Parts: sequence; structure tokens; C-alpha cells
Amino acid sequence: MNPAIAPYRFLLWAGWLGLAVLGGWGVFERLFHGHGQANYGSYVVWGLWVSGYIYYIGLSAGAFLLSSLIYVFGVHKLERIGRLALLVAVITLAMALVAIFFDLGREWRFTHVFLSPNFSSMMAWMVWLYTAYFLVLLLELWFALRPSLAQWAGEEGLRGRLGRMLSGSRAPLTEAQCREGAGWLRALATVGVPLAVTFHGGVGALFGTLSAHPSWHTPLMPVLFLTGALVSGGGLMAFTAAAFWPQQDRVWRESLTLIGKAVLGLLLFDLMLEWAEFSIPMWYGVGGEYDHLMNVLFGEYWYVFWVCHILLGTLVPLALLAFRGREPWAIGTAGLLIAFTFVAVRLNIVIPALTDPNLVGLESSFTDARLRFSYLPSFFEWQVIAGIVALGCALFYLGLRLLPVTTPEPQPKAP
Amino acid sequence: MNPDTTSTPQEAPAETGFTRRDATKLAVVAGGLGLVALAGKTLSKLKTTAASQQPRGPQTVREVAPLGTVPVDGQEDVLVRMQDELRRAMAKPIEQRRWKMVIDQRKCVGCHACTVACIAENKLPSGVVYRPVMTETTGTFPNLATRFTPRPCMQCENPPCVPVCPVEATYRRPDGITAIDYDHCIGCGYCITACPYNARTRDLGENYTAGTPMAGRAPYEKLSSNEYGKCWDRQNHDSPVGNARKCQFCVHRLEEGLLPQCVTTCIGRANFFGDANDPDSLVAEMAAKASAHVLLPEMGTKPSVVYLS
Repeated sequence: MNPAIAPYRFLLWAGWLGLAVLGGWGVFERLFHGHGQANYGSYVVWGLWVSGYIYYIGLSAGAFLLSSLIYVFGVHKLERIGRLALLVAVITLAMALVAIFFDLGREWRFTHVFLSPNFSSMMAWMVWLYTAYFLVLLLELWFALRPSLAQWAGEEGLRGRLGRMLSGSRAPLTEAQCREGAGWLRALATVGVPLAVTFHGGVGALFGTLSAHPSWHTPLMPVLFLTGALVSGGGLMAFTAAAFWPQQDRVWRESLTLIGKAVLGLLLFDLMLEWAEFSIPMWYGVGGEYDHLMNVLFGEYWYVFWVCHILLGTLVPLALLAFRGREPWAIGTAGLLIAFTFVAVRLNIVIPALTDPNLVGLESSFTDARLRFSYLPSFFEWQVIAGIVALGCALFYLGLRLLPVTTPEPQPKAP
Repeated sequence: MNPDTTSTPQEAPAETGFTRRDATKLAVVAGGLGLVALAGKTLSKLKTTAASQQPRGPQTVREVAPLGTVPVDGQEDVLVRMQDELRRAMAKPIEQRRWKMVIDQRKCVGCHACTVACIAENKLPSGVVYRPVMTETTGTFPNLATRFTPRPCMQCENPPCVPVCPVEATYRRPDGITAIDYDHCIGCGYCITACPYNARTRDLGENYTAGTPMAGRAPYEKLSSNEYGKCWDRQNHDSPVGNARKCQFCVHRLEEGLLPQCVTTCIGRANFFGDANDPDSLVAEMAAKASAHVLLPEMGTKPSVVYLS
């Protein structure tokens, strides 16, 4: 762990325990008592969990694409965070899958998507693509960690056992084996890039192909999802690398500065796309889209856009990265703010479109708590999200402690 | 070891460029994924969902007994005429029928009897409604007008909810009704978001008696629903709990020669139902009126529910 956050260890543990207890209770409720305490319904059919799903999956795609800079495009300055990025990508993908699992009405039938898929559905494509992505990601992580794991294989104790079990080798890898592994890693990462782009663009297309909701039905949607993934995933990696890297040396600073610059560029690009997304339908102040976007900007939940997204998720990180772009604390804080508040962007994609009926009078045609065109996540929904965050943190901690993610890669031994 | 000076094994291939060996590895990885995709495509052909096994032809013909006690002579109640036309339609194979509903908004008084009858017929729980009646008031006092628009499922010719289903649990029957296979639906809600009419709802497993001493145990809550001609028991959280649900023109009643419940219940005879492929049917006649229109025509869904206003 980075010495800078070591003094806060107790607070971090207490926070995690709080999340785990709250989350565990929520997950228990969800598994044994269903959806009863959730606030989504028949009209606002997707809520916090679907927003959480696209948020986590974006973090995963972003972290993965950042790792591809190293393994595919050979950006050696970032080399040291490659394995950390892959670990974060695997964990956030797992978090996304847990979130969407809880949202399904018949969750145990998820296998139907594999056994009888309908490939005209963007959702079926998305599931198949992220399954392939998950497999590629796991294999890539294994190839990336294997040289270091094999280095542990000769040791006694837990590390040695883990090293032998996970690397499948009883001795450090030879140079030839390392080269072989690096080749596979490169091949996997090369295939993984189009896969990550397609599957996350596909998540955007899942929304974009629905003509029923004009705010979703835009060709910009897959592009917005991809840029959002890069920004939020990049932000998360900036924070993770700043906070959890054990050696605060020159290379670490250089890597962080480079990530900071990349995130700054992506943030500006995303801001430009967002400007297009809002200004074009709103420019003349007329049309159905105008009312919808006015609701996002100045409706009941205006603060989600202005405070969470614009102020905390864009302006403050922009200022930190632009004026303190060489200081690790600033890059880390900016990354954390971007990654954490990006959930506001995801919420603003999912929820407002569903609270906007196409038929006049439908909202008052039948009085029922589930037949309303308004939505605010319930405590129970937040609890499940807390549980998923606690799970992700636990997996990250275990990965950090048990796997050679932040240790320097070994020098290959000559045969 | 000083991490600053560490040279990594990954650097070597990057420095030497893309070798033939790398290309082979790339081909193996891409080929592996291709094999997975091929397996998926094969699976999708082998699948035996309700959508892929819809009965057609002579086996779908139903003999419905003619009305014995009521004369059908042109002076009868429209319900009697439509009932007789239904008998005629059911004598044809399913693919030759095309169910259509016409709702005369000038006759609708907004009593919501159809909504309630539908709930009783399909044993709908709270949170699920198939046919709400929308009320729209226009003008300012004292010049006011109110229009009522019952909104069943539009049974679209081009239903946006069907292609989006990731498991083909929702499909269009040969008679034009969009159906849901409750045993197959995973409850993802994608079809619900795809419907521009909000005609699909989500059964979250709740009951009207929730929070009362009778929670879930009221006699009517123990009754099974007969949608799609099957017996659906919501107790023990069985399907359709967790599924998307929608109006299906009461196909279980049609199979028995009965009109949809909302049609028979309408006190103003504002609903017309029948086979649009039968040029002599009342519904075909009404759908051809100059005032006929559909909801949200710009969506391109081609609804089978037509309104007269």
C-alpha cells in the first residue's frame, strides 16, 4: 500500500466493514425476498442497478483499454501499471455482472442467453461479447502475472503455494518461456482491444437502437459510451495507481503524470461530445428532446448533472489536472472524483429517458406505486450497490495482497 | 531490485516487431473466439423455444359452437355479431387470422370497466396493468373537452419489443398477437423499454394485499392465471413473477370462442374485435372509417389497435 494512505488504514477498514454489512443485508433481502423494496417498477423499469452495471462495465472497458496501451501499443512508460489495470478491469467487470444479475427478474435463467440466444438483440450480442472479453481478460491477466508467480514458486508458505498453483510452474520461467508468454499476452491484448471497443460500444448500442426513447436513439450513443469508459476507467486507474502503488519513485511519478495527461485529454474530448449531445437538440429551444434535456438540466434532480457531474466530476478534476498535473495527489484526487462521480452520467442516461412517457395521460391512468413515471433509488437499492462495492474492494485488496500486481517484474533467467 | 532499472520480458517482442510467431498466436486467439461464436450460432439454430415451435395449419383450427339462443340477423347487439364472426375466424388455420381491435373514443365514457375486467380475467397483481384508460383534458374553462384512450397492447405488425429479446422469449404469433413465453423470459426488462406505448409491465412478485394480514393469501390471489391457455401459478414466486407481462388479446378466451374480456365488458360498446382478414367482419368495417387512426404512427410499429375519434 502507498505510504500516503497507510495512516488511514483503520478508516478504510471501518468504511469497508460498513459497506459489507449494509450490502450483505441488502443482498440477502434481494436473494430471499426479491425486488419488493426496490423503487423501480413497470414504467421506470431500470434503475440504480442497471445504471451501476453500465458504470462498472465502463470502468472495466476503460481500464482494459488503458492496459492495451502497454501490451499492444508498447507505451513502456505505463508498463508498471499494466497488471494493475488488468486486475481492475476483471474486478469491475465482475461487479457489473453482479449488479445486472440482481436486476434480472428471473436471474437464474441467465444461462438462456447462452443456450438460446437471439442474435437480433443487442443485449444478446452484448452478453456474448463480454463473455468473450471476460475470458480474454482472465487469460491476459494470467499471462501478465505468470513470470512473477513462477518467481514465487520456489518459496515456502502461502506465496510459494500460490505461485506454483497459479503459474503451473515449479521454477522461475526461462527467458524463452517469458518471451512466449509475452507473445500470447500481446496476441490476447490485440484481440481484446476490438472486443472491448465492440462490447462497450454495444452497451451504448443497446440503448441507442431503441427508437421508443428519442434521448437514447442517437448514433452518438456508442461513441459516448466508449469515451465515457475511457474517461472513467482512466480516472479510476489514475486513482488506483496514485493510492495503491507501493514504491513512490520517479517512474511512478512519470507514469502517473502520463495517465493524468491522458485523462485530461479524454475529459476534454468527452466534454466536447457532451456539449454536442446537449446543445444540438436544445439550440432553438423547441422539440421533444428540448423538454427532456431541460428536465435533466433543471428538473427535480438537477444537482445530479450540475453538482455531481459538472462540478465534482469535470471542473474540479480539470483544474487539478491542468494546474497540478505533475503532483500525484492531484492526479489521484482528480481520478477518484472522475471515476466516482461518473455514475451520475450513467444515471442521467438511464433514468430521465424512462420517466418521460410518449403517451399523454398515461402517468395518471392507473394509481399504483409501480406504475409511476418518477424514480428515486430506495435505500435497499443503495444497499445492494454498497454490497457490490464492498465485494469489489475485497477482491481488489485480495488481488493486491496475494498476486504480484505491484511487484517489479522479474528478470528472466537464461536457460 | 531497483524497479527503475527493471527491464521487462514484455519489451522484447515490442522491440523486435510483429513476428510470424506472434501472428500465429493472434490467429489462435481470434480463432478460439470464432469457435465460440460458431458454437453460439449452432445453439441458436438448435434452440426449441416457443417462438420457434409455433403451431400452424389444420391443427390450429377450432370448432366453436354457433350461438343457439340468440338470433344473428343484423339487428343484434354488436357483441353477438362479433361473437359469430369469431366462430368463423377460429374455423380457419391460425396463419389466416389477423386479430384487430378498434376502439371508438367517442363512445368511451372512461369508466375503467375494461381495465378492471382485464385485471380480474388475467389475475393481475399490483404493479401490472394491461389496459389502462388514459384521460386527456383539452381547452380551458368553460371550453373543455375530455378524451378517453384505453391502451391495450397494440399487437404491432412491426413490434419493437420482439427483436430486442435476448432469448427470443417474446415473439409474434402467426395470428399477429405478440406473445411472451413466461417459462423462458429472463426478466431483463429490455422489451419493456423498447415499447413506445409502455404496454409492457414488470411483475415484481407483489400482491394487492401486501402489508395486510391477508398478504398474498386472499382467495383471488390464489387463483391461477390462464394466459396463453396455460395455468400460471404466482404462488411460490413461480412465473410470471419476475417476467415482463402484457395484454395478449385474451388468447386463452379466443381459443374457446370467447371475445377478449375488455370487449365483452365495455358498457358503451366502444370496443370492436375480430379478424381483419375477414372483409365482412365488423372490425374490418370499422377500421376502414375515415376517422380511424393509430397511436404514435411516427414510430412505424403498425399497430393492430385502431382508434376512432
